Amino acid sequence: MLTFIAQRLLYLVPVLIAVSLLTFLIASLLPGDLAYTILGDQATPEKVAALRHDMGLDQPIWIRYFGWLGGILQGDLGRSFRTGQTVLQAVTERLPISLELMLLAEITALAIGVPLAIICAARSGGPFDRFMTGSAFAMLSVPTFLSAILLIYLFAVELRWLPATGYVPFSEDPAKNLRFMVLPALTLALAEWPGIMRVLRSDMIATLQEDFIALAKAKGLKASRILFVHALKPSSLTLVTITGINIGRLIGGAVIVETVFALPGIGRLLVGAITTRDLIILQGVVLLVGAGFVLINFIVDLLYAMLDPRIRHGHA
Amino acid sequence: MATLDLGIDASVAEAPARKGRRTGLLFWMAIGWMMSVFAVAIFADMLPLPSPTDMDMLEKRAPFSAEHWLGTDGLGRDELARVIYGARISLIVGLCAPIIGLTLGGALGLVAGYFRGRFESVVVGTMDVLLAFPPLILALAVTAYLGQSILHLTFILGLLGVPAFMRVARAATLTLARREFVIAAQALGATHARILLRELLPNVMLPLFAFFLLAVAITIVAEGSLSFLGLGVPPPISSWGSMIGEGRESLEVAPRLAFIPAIAMFLTVLSFNLVGDTLRALTDPRQGAL
Repeated sequence: MLTFIAQRLLYLVPVLIAVSLLTFLIASLLPGDLAYTILGDQATPEKVAALRHDMGLDQPIWIRYFGWLGGILQGDLGRSFRTGQTVLQAVTERLPISLELMLLAEITALAIGVPLAIICAARSGGPFDRFMTGSAFAMLSVPTFLSAILLIYLFAVELRWLPATGYVPFSEDPAKNLRFMVLPALTLALAEWPGIMRVLRSDMIATLQEDFIALAKAKGLKASRILFVHALKPSSLTLVTITGINIGRLIGGAVIVETVFALPGIGRLLVGAITTRDLIILQGVVLLVGAGFVLINFIVDLLYAMLDPRIRHGHA
Repeated sequence: MATLDLGIDASVAEAPARKGRRTGLLFWMAIGWMMSVFAVAIFADMLPLPSPTDMDMLEKRAPFSAEHWLGTDGLGRDELARVIYGARISLIVGLCAPIIGLTLGGALGLVAGYFRGRFESVVVGTMDVLLAFPPLILALAVTAYLGQSILHLTFILGLLGVPAFMRVARAATLTLARREFVIAAQALGATHARILLRELLPNVMLPLFAFFLLAVAITIVAEGSLSFLGLGVPPPISSWGSMIGEGRESLEVAPRLAFIPAIAMFLTVLSFNLVGDTLRALTDPRQGAL
């Protein structure tokens, strides 16, 4: 297990460097001069040249890259030239909101997807299974922003049960905070449960044909015990594998959901940075999200190896 | 044991038959909807439609009428015309971007899967870096720098699809390259180019095409998401995503402005998913059996 972790860690370094390089290249090679963006279109060429010199923009690209990378390693990701806030401040302020949203969404999605998958697998081919498989397939074709609009229309406009937009910090008023979180989390969960259900259902159907399930049946165990205790764990491996992909989609979905529901999370920071052309914040957020995503996938890999010994011994 | 075996056989034997029956009608309905969306998008200029960008401030959010079949939007523009011209954008981006992914990713995957070795490691490693970013974040970042235009949008969504196409092509090539007909061709002295183009490509094309349809669905959603955020196609061009975004503002007074493009988008995405999934199940019997 230790060699496996060491191997994965060694692999992590080049990927993280490549992520930083790609982020930097997007920001540096694509058209759009930072100095012009800060000073505005009316700036004189002398002023622009002076600012470019101050910011080191007139240096060769690789020197700028290493300067930037050196800053990052010391925890300095730069400072927004619009609000004066550092990237790190802006992100740490907003990260808990995004994390709360994604956590609530994932719990809700699992709460919907796992029981449905088990029931469908237990009666695979039956009317309920066919109906739910069909619904899950249809739900996969509903984009996040569409379900957001639908939920807002239903619960905020028609029924007036829940607020459509707004946010209160959890530390200030937990109940109110959760009220604001219900619709955003539900929106994200609606996009997540079909994938969870489909993967778990097909793995579960395969598991239920194994000999040890037949033995459990022969021992006279209750169906619910067989399904939830004996079959669930060996069926959940693929679910863990796709977690990495799911989190990527979840982050993308969070950007949309935070914008629609006006939650001040990372996603909104990003969209705001784009619309105000706050390039330092944009670069910093993209880097941090990319690096975070790589680390999450690293942890998922480790979890997977812990669950399935075949992986860490190299027989995939 | 005998009873248990019977149970399994029955469920296995039943599954494909039911699949066939289920795909039957729905599959052709999906094809039909795709065809009609294609038709109206292609012939939009010839249809007797009002302009999708002409504003009429006196007729804001007008209800359904003989003049405006689906009413007008918040700026008095004809909703039906906007939905139809929006279909154009969704289809142009939705088809062109996956073609970029199919061509680049397919070629890379084919060559990497056939030659293996260092080239394969480099390709797979590079793609891993692209996959290291949540796709929507990367798309947002690049459009932010490049500026909003249909060309940029198509280009970046196309590039984002390359890793997935590469994986599909590589996986198919890896298994095919060990098959008898390839070994026979090699023994006959066929060049690498001939084996790649004449032996492998036609066989890899099938799973790639099934994946292409799924990629079209994903791309339409991605384009819609970006346009919904106001970061996709620039106004006044109508796109389903931007229409839903605009319709959101008037959800209380005229929810139909959000729901009409939403229904069009849902049905189109569902159709591509349905047809793509059916073809995937046909070309990949291993997964189709699940």
